[in-house]
Amino acid sequence: MSQTVQEIPARVASAEALRVDDLAVSFAVHGGQVHAVRSVSFHVRAGQTLVLLGESGSGKSVTARAIMRLHGRRAKVTGRVELSGREVLALSDPDVRALRGSRIALVPQDPTAALDPLRRVGAQITEVLLLHRAAPDKKAAQARTRELLRAVGIPDPERAYRSFPHEMSGGMRQRVVIAMGISCDPDVIIADEPTTALDVTVQAQILDLFAELQGRLNTALLMVTHDVHVAADVADLVAVMYAGRIVETGPAADVLKTPRHPYTQALLDALPTPQTARGELHAIAGSPPVAGQEFPGCAFADRCTHALDTCRTAEPRLVEVAPGRRAACPVLNPTEAP
Amino acid sequence: MTKHEVLLDAQDIRKTFGNGVKAVDGVSLQVHRGETVGLVGESGCGKSTTAKMLLRLLTPDEGSITFAGADVHRVRGRKLRELRKQLQVVPQNPQTSLNPRLTVRQSIEFNLRAHAYPKREWAARVDGLLDRVGLAQRHGAAFPHEMSGGQLQRAAIARALATEPSLVVCDEAVSALDKSVQAQVLNLLAELQRELGVAYLFISHDLSVVEHISDRVVVMYLGKVVEEGPSHAMWSAPSHPYATTLLSASPGQGRTRIILRGDPPNPADPPPGCAFHTRCPVAEDRCRTAVPLLRTVGDRHNSACHLVSVDRPAAMAATV
Repeated sequence: MSQTVQEIPARVASAEALRVDDLAVSFAVHGGQVHAVRSVSFHVRAGQTLVLLGESGSGKSVTARAIMRLHGRRAKVTGRVELSGREVLALSDPDVRALRGSRIALVPQDPTAALDPLRRVGAQITEVLLLHRAAPDKKAAQARTRELLRAVGIPDPERAYRSFPHEMSGGMRQRVVIAMGISCDPDVIIADEPTTALDVTVQAQILDLFAELQGRLNTALLMVTHDVHVAADVADLVAVMYAGRIVETGPAADVLKTPRHPYTQALLDALPTPQTARGELHAIAGSPPVAGQEFPGCAFADRCTHALDTCRTAEPRLVEVAPGRRAACPVLNPTEAP
Repeated sequence: MTKHEVLLDAQDIRKTFGNGVKAVDGVSLQVHRGETVGLVGESGCGKSTTAKMLLRLLTPDEGSITFAGADVHRVRGRKLRELRKQLQVVPQNPQTSLNPRLTVRQSIEFNLRAHAYPKREWAARVDGLLDRVGLAQRHGAAFPHEMSGGQLQRAAIARALATEPSLVVCDEAVSALDKSVQAQVLNLLAELQRELGVAYLFISHDLSVVEHISDRVVVMYLGKVVEEGPSHAMWSAPSHPYATTLLSASPGQGRTRIILRGDPPNPADPPPGCAFHTRCPVAEDRCRTAVPLLRTVGDRHNSACHLVSVDRPAAMAATV
């Protein structure tokens, strides 16, 4: 997929579809606030894929949900989320509802939970089109639904149209949810672990479908995953998250090849590869932080082999370490004293 | 005990469920003492059903399973207890496999009690096991909800090792773990094998993990073994078209991805001939009618494809 990365500059000229500035999400729990996401900033252009890469509890899904204002009432969200020039966090609830599904769409991890089990698949997609007035009348919406089912590679769209979700395989259901996502030609698609529940051969099909659709529709794609390989496969840009923060970001090919943050390095080193067969893996000591854990300094310091004393007291800032690349580690990326 | 002694031997086992699903349709596999056999396949291929039959949790309709010479599904009494002592399991989800109302120490002691270890030895044995799997002594007093996923999986491994087994079935044992923690547990399993000589049957859908840990690999598709062989030979030169596509499809392998058409067929109504022919990029007419048998394509390397032979070990090029 490295080829896709090469092709991107042709499209980069297009506009910023999504801009997130200093996003913070905290949840009120008995006895205080749990800071799930802190000072997260990034932007995605039309036709680009940004992958939020992180392990469980890193805040990647919370970030994705906050962008769509799906974070629930207990969450406190600050910062700015700009979707095609509109400030999402300042919109009224009805305005956000109008945006969801039409300008910004979500492809969730579990398509089974996302689809209504009691209604036929075709009717569920048609409903989205009619709700957002993406089709003039019911007949047009139905015709468009059939087109969409074909566009996402469902072999027998007519049959799928009349099927209930339980009559389809996991891969087919994921295609249906993707069809629903692209139905109103959104500016941004957020895909939260869209292939994690699928078998590898089906995962390959779905990743391929994302690449193909994106090339065709010029949508900005924000994909959330824990899987480095998936990230390497689909991402133009990657933002690595740890303990609620972005610790490193930049072009995926660079970040995943020559990481500049110890966590990214350690994560890549920990993966089994054909070369590690029967050998020792470079495991990361300790466990990932749990939600609500607070760190005076760098959250990764306790597991980091490069950590200095200062890492445990001063919080590292995300600074530019190369053109287009930022990392939050002063030890690996020393700067001249000011 | 010799390294090459066959520990577990399953011959042509079959299991059809009440709904007509042929979950396992004639699987034979062996695990030798001290080795790691990887069992790979996608959901519904029958790998977990196979594991359950090997563990005597399901009775096969046909076929035989022997463990250290004893018939797994016939033994009774003292011999059955010995079998269970020798054959342990680490399940996928430690959150649900450890009793939430027992501390880790109590869970391990439970296994010691079941196998009649003298009570006066329990404390020392549990201490030793916690230490061996890299848990602190204080974790013995912890309840499952107080521990992280990685710690829980270590506890589950400690519980399995408590009875000094010669084979541990690891059913997706690291799949639920974060990658940074997964590496720790994989290292632990390898280290324990070096120290204790325990054999593993390592079931996983994650090829990179299986590739890393296994000596030999068995690939299943729709209830049948389609390819088996030494790990290194299989990964460098897979023979069966399904194994080839499976390898190419797993992201990050640096191989050109071969995209299969369609979904795995319904196991209640498998296609005639080779079960893979409906998705196979190189299927021929005979594949649609005749069931291919496992044939030798290399040193201890077998493949169930009409298109392969010793002279032509790979049915299709790894890159298409």
